[in-house]
Amino acid sequence: MRDRTFAPSRILIYLIVSLIAAAWLAPLAVVVLNSLRSNEEIAQASMIGWPQQWAWSNYVAAWSGFCVAETCAGIRPYMLNSALVTIPATIFSTMLGAIAGYAVSLWRFRGDSWIYGIVTLGLFLPQQMRLLPWTIVLRDIGLINTLAGLVLIHTIQGLSFTTLFCRNYYVAIPHELIRAARIDGAGFFRIFWRIILPLSPPILIVTVIWQFTHIWNEFLYGVTFTSGQQQPVTAALIALSAAVADIPQHGVQSAAVIIAALPTLLIYLLGGRYFVRGLTAGAVK
Amino acid sequence: MIWVPLLLSAAHLVSFSLWTIWISFTPSTLVPVSGWVGLRNYTAVTASRNWQIAFDNLLLFGSAFVLLSAVTGLILAILLDQRIRGENLLRSIFLYPLAVSFVVTGTVWSWLLNPGLGIQKLVHDLGWTSFKFDWLIDRDMAIWTIVIAAIWQSSGFAMALFLAGLRSVDADLIKAAQIDGAGPVRMYRRIILPTLWPITITVVVIQLQFAISAFDLVRALTNGGPGIATQLPALVVYDLMFQRSLLGRGAAAAVLMLLILLAVLLPYAAWRYLQRRRAAHA
Repeated sequence: MRDRTFAPSRILIYLIVSLIAAAWLAPLAVVVLNSLRSNEEIAQASMIGWPQQWAWSNYVAAWSGFCVAETCAGIRPYMLNSALVTIPATIFSTMLGAIAGYAVSLWRFRGDSWIYGIVTLGLFLPQQMRLLPWTIVLRDIGLINTLAGLVLIHTIQGLSFTTLFCRNYYVAIPHELIRAARIDGAGFFRIFWRIILPLSPPILIVTVIWQFTHIWNEFLYGVTFTSGQQQPVTAALIALSAAVADIPQHGVQSAAVIIAALPTLLIYLLGGRYFVRGLTAGAVK
Repeated sequence: MIWVPLLLSAAHLVSFSLWTIWISFTPSTLVPVSGWVGLRNYTAVTASRNWQIAFDNLLLFGSAFVLLSAVTGLILAILLDQRIRGENLLRSIFLYPLAVSFVVTGTVWSWLLNPGLGIQKLVHDLGWTSFKFDWLIDRDMAIWTIVIAAIWQSSGFAMALFLAGLRSVDADLIKAAQIDGAGPVRMYRRIILPTLWPITITVVVIQLQFAISAFDLVRALTNGGPGIATQLPALVVYDLMFQRSLLGRGAAAAVLMLLILLAVLLPYAAWRYLQRRRAAHA
């Protein structure tokens, strides 16, 4: 089982693994190929096929040409919206999560484990339980249908994850280190900047990758709290499929799907190791 | 200052949850109003066909998806554990769907499974014209298209956890069994797989949690259709709150979702607690 012999059973294993891998890659391959086929070509055949002529123009149309809900600017504005929500919300939730995780693990106070317990419950609470309250809060502070509103939501809700990640990492730092620094007169933030933060890059990379992926891919809040030109790209993709239901434009739509998925796919390719670490850290609490 | 982020997070979780629970007992429709209608919203939701179908679908989708994705994940993990070449590449291939949004996944699978565009059309064009694969538009089978897409999307997650478990099995134990002449099948059945129980339970709970709150994938793949054949609780909540403006009922449906989730999480929490106590006493 764990030795390297070339028995027929090993050939069978390679065969099975390759077949499953091909099945897993097929959807991606189909979209990539479709993004390079003209709409007429797809309409005549099926969604599955090799491009007869490379229709690079699909990407131009998807990026800045076609129309979603009476505005014809492609998905460029929605990609920008997603970036303007995801980048600040990732930075804020990671920074605050690092401070909160540090406070919970190394700067104990009365009742901290209760507070921390409630925060981690946020990992499980269905989003639907928070939809109405957020609607009221965003309306009352005038942030409904704004990107800033989504940044606020993702920052606060992201704290459940980021605090958990950072806390689990920081509990391994020896308390003596903190105690010695406190005796030397260093305060909470001084210790944070001088001792904790320099030790943090590994967990901060995991947290940033995880938050970026999550927030970029989020759909429910995007579609509930924004409309029209303010929507993130996930919501725009749904609006687009409704818009092209009458006149199929699957080539352009495929290109839009690829563009929308590109940021998180690139992050996954570049930081796959950290992505998996976040995945398993988020799973085994 | 130090506790602001923690308190903010805890406070919003508590107050938002309590507020939604309160709304579920009020006669709120278009806007939240005070008042008390007891369980009326709950009985209205549970009596509706929409919710009943959604609940039945959740039972079917939840159990099928959790079972099949765990089995797929376990098989993938065992295959990758055979010291094969290109393990890193293969692992990346099985995990990449997790990096992509459910909206994208749902859209792509809606094309592949569309009888007029996807797999069925391809097979017809190849000459096998009697081939039929139209689950997407078949009321009885449509829910299975969501199972397929969800398995594709997230069995890589089960694989990652199982693989970590397989790799942490005591090497001495394996060597001892090898010396005793245990073959690979016996080895997995008797020694390796039994150690994976804790991970299996974690995988099942997390996947169930995903199934209960599934929204994006269904919205993009079938949008609850054909008709309401693939309705799920999360879609019912959205529909009640934002399309029919029945806030009280929407809140009641959200609380029902929470209760379903608790039915999964509380036994899990109790099990974790017992495990930890047993570990402490050992």
